[in-house]
Amino acid sequence: MTTGSASPAPSSFLELRDLRIHFPTEDGLVKSVDGLSFKLDRGKTLGIVGESGSGKSVTSLGILGLHKGGRAKISGEIWLDGEELVGASPDHVRTLRGKKMAMIFQDPLSSMHPFYTVGAQIVEAYRIHHDVSKAVARKHAIDMLGRVGIPQPDKRVDSYPHEFSGGMRQRAMIAMALSCDPELLIADEPTTALDVTVQAQILDLMLDLQREFNSALIVITHDLGVVAELSDDILVMYGGKCIEYGSADDIFYRPEHPYTWGLLGSMPRLDREPTERLLPIKGTPPSLINVPSGCAFNPRCPYRDRTGGKATTEVPQLLETEGGHLVRCHMPREERRAIWENEIKPMMEGQ
Amino acid sequence: MSHRADEGGAGVSAPEALLSVQNLQKHFPVTKGLLKRQVGAVRAVDGVSFDVRKGETLGLVGESGCGKSTTGRLVTRLMEPTGGKIFFEGHDITHMSQSKIRPLRRDIQMIFQDPYSSLNPRHTVGAIVGAPFRIQGVQTEQGTKKAVQELLELVGLNPEHYNRYPHEFSGGQRQRIGIARTLALKPKMIIADEPVSALDVSIQAQVVNLLEDLQNELGLTYVIVAHDLSVIRHISDRVAVMYLGKIVELADRKGLYESPMHPYTNALMSAVPIPDPARRKDRERIRLQGDVPSPLNPPPACRFHTRCWKAQAICKTEEPPLAELAPGHQVACHFPENADKVTAPAAAKIAQNVEDALHPKKPVA
Ligand SMILES: Nc1ncnc2c1ncn2[C@@H]1O[C@H](COP(=O)(O)OP(=O)(O)OP(=O)(O)O)[C@@H](O)[C@H]1O
Ligand SMILES: Nc1ncnc2c1ncn2[C@@H]1O[C@H](COP(=O)(O)OP(=O)(O)O)[C@@H](O)[C@H]1O
Ligand code: SF4
Ligand code: SF4
Ligand SMILES: [Mg+2]
Ligand SMILES: [Mg+2]
Repeated sequence: MTTGSASPAPSSFLELRDLRIHFPTEDGLVKSVDGLSFKLDRGKTLGIVGESGSGKSVTSLGILGLHKGGRAKISGEIWLDGEELVGASPDHVRTLRGKKMAMIFQDPLSSMHPFYTVGAQIVEAYRIHHDVSKAVARKHAIDMLGRVGIPQPDKRVDSYPHEFSGGMRQRAMIAMALSCDPELLIADEPTTALDVTVQAQILDLMLDLQREFNSALIVITHDLGVVAELSDDILVMYGGKCIEYGSADDIFYRPEHPYTWGLLGSMPRLDREPTERLLPIKGTPPSLINVPSGCAFNPRCPYRDRTGGKATTEVPQLLETEGGHLVRCHMPREERRAIWENEIKPMMEGQ
Repeated sequence: MSHRADEGGAGVSAPEALLSVQNLQKHFPVTKGLLKRQVGAVRAVDGVSFDVRKGETLGLVGESGCGKSTTGRLVTRLMEPTGGKIFFEGHDITHMSQSKIRPLRRDIQMIFQDPYSSLNPRHTVGAIVGAPFRIQGVQTEQGTKKAVQELLELVGLNPEHYNRYPHEFSGGQRQRIGIARTLALKPKMIIADEPVSALDVSIQAQVVNLLEDLQNELGLTYVIVAHDLSVIRHISDRVAVMYLGKIVELADRKGLYESPMHPYTNALMSAVPIPDPARRKDRERIRLQGDVPSPLNPPPACRFHTRCWKAQAICKTEEPPLAELAPGHQVACHFPENADKVTAPAAAKIAQNVEDALHPKKPVA
């Protein structure tokens, strides 16, 4: 499905405009991504945070065109380096994968073939985009494995994925994803399955490689620590929609959405004196078939009564509060800021 | 089997210890070929000692495969230990027979990581939470329903959901059902294995608060196993850090998090991403090389020496004992960090160990 509205190509390297990805199912229409817009430049990192089922993975697969031809209903625009991809043919989008854009998945085994050696898989990916001999591609594969910190890469290149530990597999997958120097790299929960010491190695590696290739990076995670370490900008997703967007400083030092407050308050942190109690969000995340009417967060929001009845009747718009910082909430800006400064922030700091 | 608590020698437990574990071991045989010839052993837990005091929460933290869950299962006697001793309320329960262990099963309960697979999908919530009453024959059918509904209320679930099935609940609610079930028999102690790691952040906080409230209300003693250092810090009074089947550091929360002494503990803490964008520039992170070695063939002496930046010759030949280096702060390292916190006698002792290793009095064969 295309929008047909031939809006002008954006100046950003990647731009999503009102992307919607809906799945018709027996139980009803699942609105996994419901009107998502953002921009990302080369050399910059966008962090997407949200709890499970908020639509993060569907978004990333959508950008790569992996929902095309399935039962998903896709609308909106995805502009990548001047090209619109929602309306493009699946064949064309396939040729962009690898070199133009690549993805690191949460589970490395799902994206690696168990019967081929790690090296063979990198060689194959590389040769799709580069007209080189097998020997040259193999040398490149060894090179990449070494770069991501696999010891003895000239030997390990002939190992099978199951012969690697979890951390090594993740590194091998990163080597594979980066083997063609992709201009856009999407990492969907790249370290969720890893131990912290290995996670730290992988995060360092992604930062180094991004710096070197000046690629645009999207990091998707539920871990606010990981986004704080990597992101220039952060997008908070809830129920298939962006509910707050801003620079890392906006989101961590002056968040204005009650859900973002909830996420921050739920999380015990090592860098502060422990608080007496965590401040959880009541209730559970919504089903994307039956998203609550009005503001999707309203059944869990302690401030819903402050929006003059609009919380349940009107979907709040994503509006700028200041300097590119966007918030989707009916509460007036001054009230949100006062609540953050006078109630939430002091509580989180334990006093 | 002996029931004397004073048998353990060196590690004699303090009187207030509800649980005392001494030199606990679990080795899983590794077999090969048709004849299942044993070719080695995974030393999952390899000489672990700790006490859990009444009413406290002991956190057990470490990376995947270090033996946390196995320790939990051994203590609840879901697994036979290969060696060592377990005392509960002063009784040696290490190899207690299944018939004798029944009352103990009421006293020590376990909560599991996965709220999905640990509940039988074909049983109603009422049946699941009420099962312990039926198995132990402690309630009438009428009494069971009432007791179950009280438990559901206690863990923050709607008592009217008595007849619903697990799939009708979210992950956090299922974890609450699991907690209600463990509370049925009024246990003294709960071992929780990764009780919140499968849950979303906002739900994680709900369950952490619930565990704390229940502890205060019911006077429970907890052992909480988790890999998340922030969760462990929030919930624990004392914390044990494990590496490759051994405890490398054990201290009260403040001591451990403010002045970690084992290099591994320092590395773990510095690897945790900090949710504060301003901190990322000035952070000095300890970068550990490589992965955790295989427990099939752990490095000799100090098991951390293959990844430790402070390792010296002695670390490869002499295993550092888990010793009290500061009040209530046990560490197994020849060259601890935060050395200013080490008491003078302890410092003299470790210096002596190093000296002895360099100039052995008896020649080593
Ligand atoms: N039944 C078994 N047979 C053989 N090896 C086992 C068995 N159970 C556990 N192990 C091994 O013992 C070691 C410790 O396992 P354990 O499950 O206690 O780790 P853990 O610290 O709980 O890790 P995680 O954080 O991944 O849950 C691992 O190397 C594991 O592979
Ligand atoms: N192929 C599909 N068909 C139907 N529903 C789907 C499909 N893929 C994802 N969903 C639903 O879309 C929602 C968002 O999923 P996802 O993007 O995977 O969440 P997460 O934020 O955890 O990555 C969920 O409700 C999920 O069940
Ligand atoms: S719109 Fe209302 S219900 Fe939604 S987040 Fe804002 S205050 Fe809460
Ligand atoms: S004993 Fe040696 S190798 Fe082991 S942790 Fe201490 S300094 Fe490192
Ligand atoms: Mg996902
Ligand atoms: Mg475990």
